Amino acid sequence: MIPRFQRFLFGAMLLAVVVMAVVLIRMRERAHDRLMMAVNTQPLTAPSSAPTERITLLVANDLDGSLIPVERSFPMPKDTNARARVLMQKLLEEYAAPKSTHPIANASGVDEVFLMPVPQLKGLMAVVNLNAAFVQAQPSGIEPETLTLLSMIATLHANLPQITEVRFLVNGQQKDTLAGHADLTRVYLTSDTQTAVKQ
Amino acid sequence: MTLCALLASAAAAAQDAPPQSNLPDMGKPPAVPSAPQVKPQYVVVLDAAHGDGDVGAQFSDKMLEKDLTLGLSVRLRQALASHDIQVVTTRDADVAVPMVTRAETANHAMAAACIALHATATGSGVHLFTSSLEPTASTKFLPWQSAQSAYVTQSLRLSSEISTALGHAAVPVTLGRTSLVPMDSFACPAVAVEIAPLVGGNTTKALPLTDVGYQDKIIDALTAALTQWKNDWRQQP
Repeated sequence: MIPRFQRFLFGAMLLAVVVMAVVLIRMRERAHDRLMMAVNTQPLTAPSSAPTERITLLVANDLDGSLIPVERSFPMPKDTNARARVLMQKLLEEYAAPKSTHPIANASGVDEVFLMPVPQLKGLMAVVNLNAAFVQAQPSGIEPETLTLLSMIATLHANLPQITEVRFLVNGQQKDTLAGHADLTRVYLTSDTQTAVKQ
Repeated sequence: MTLCALLASAAAAAQDAPPQSNLPDMGKPPAVPSAPQVKPQYVVVLDAAHGDGDVGAQFSDKMLEKDLTLGLSVRLRQALASHDIQVVTTRDADVAVPMVTRAETANHAMAAACIALHATATGSGVHLFTSSLEPTASTKFLPWQSAQSAYVTQSLRLSSEISTALGHAAVPVTLGRTSLVPMDSFACPAVAVEIAPLVGGNTTKALPLTDVGYQDKIIDALTAALTQWKNDWRQQP
C-alpha cells in the first residue's frame, strides 16, 4: 500500500508540472508577441499620417547606362535616417516592378541607413546596410552593379543634399564587391554620379 | 697689344692648327657603330576577368562569364598577334588569378594599353568603362590602390578610340566610369570592355552573347582600335 505522504507528494508534483507547462506556454506567447512588436516598429513603410512629399528617384536604365530622374509623391517621415531608408525602399520597389529598366527581384534589400557627420566636408556620410538576399538578386556585371550603386547614391543626394559620401555594407560587414564587379570597399562621393544622370 | 686682341689671336691660331692628340696614330679610326634607336615596345595586356571558382556572371547552366572572357581573350590575342602586336595575358586557362597578380602582370609589361574583358547579361552592345579616379600627374612612385589615376586621361582617349571603332562596326556602345579592382591599380591606359547581348531595335537584330558573328565583330573592332592606338599612344600629353 502506498503511504499517504507519497500520494500527497505525487499529487503536488503533478500539479507543479501542469502549472509550469502553463507558465512556459504563456511565456513563449509573450516572447513571440514582443518579437512581432519589435518587427512592426521598424519603419518599413512611411507612416501614413506623415505629410505627402515629392521625392526624386534616380532610376537606372540598363540600355543606355544612365540615371533618369523620376518624381514620386509619398508620405515621408521627419527623421533623416528614416527618410533615407524610405528613399532606398522606394527606389528598390521601382527595380522590383514589372518592366523595370533595371530589374532586381528584391524590393527589401536595404536593412538600414545610418547617417554620420563628415567634419572635413561639412556633410553627412550615409552607410547603407544591404542584405545578402538583395546581393544574391543583383545581376552580375560592371554596368548593372555600378548603376545600382550610383542610383542609390544619386537618390540619397538628390533628396538629402547634406549627404556627400556613401559607404555600402552587406549584413553589417564590408564586402569586396556587390556581385563580383563593383568595388564595395571604397567610400563613394556623391559627385561621382554627376556624369551618369540624364538631364 | 691689348689683352683682348691677344686672346682673339690665340683663339684663331687654335682653330687653324690641326687637333693634337696624345694617342698613338692608328690610321683611320674605326667606324663607331651608332647606338640603336630604342623604340618603346608596343605591348597590349589582356585581362580575362574571373577564373576557376570565381565564375563571374552566370548566363545559363553551362555558360559562365569566366569561360566567355577567356575565349574572347584567346581570340583577341590571335587577332592582335596577326597585326604584329605583342600581347601579354593575365590568364590562359581556367585558373584563379589574384587581383594583385593581374595588376602586377600588367604593370611589369609596361603596356601601352590594358584591356579588361568582362561580359554581362544586361544592357545592349558593349559597355566601355574607365576608372572613376580623379586624374593626377604622373610621378615616379604611384599608390598601388590608385595607380590608374595617373593614366585616366589616356584611358579616356583609348576608350574613345575603341568606341569609334565599335561605332564603325555598328555595335552600340555605352560609356561609363567605375571603380573596378584590379583596373584602379593598372599603371597603363586601361579600359574595361564589357560585352552584353545585342538588343533588337529598328535597325539592329537581336543577338545573344554566344553569337560567333557578333563576337567576331567586336574582336575586329577592338583589333582595329588597338592597331590605331599604336600610332596614337605616344602622342599623349
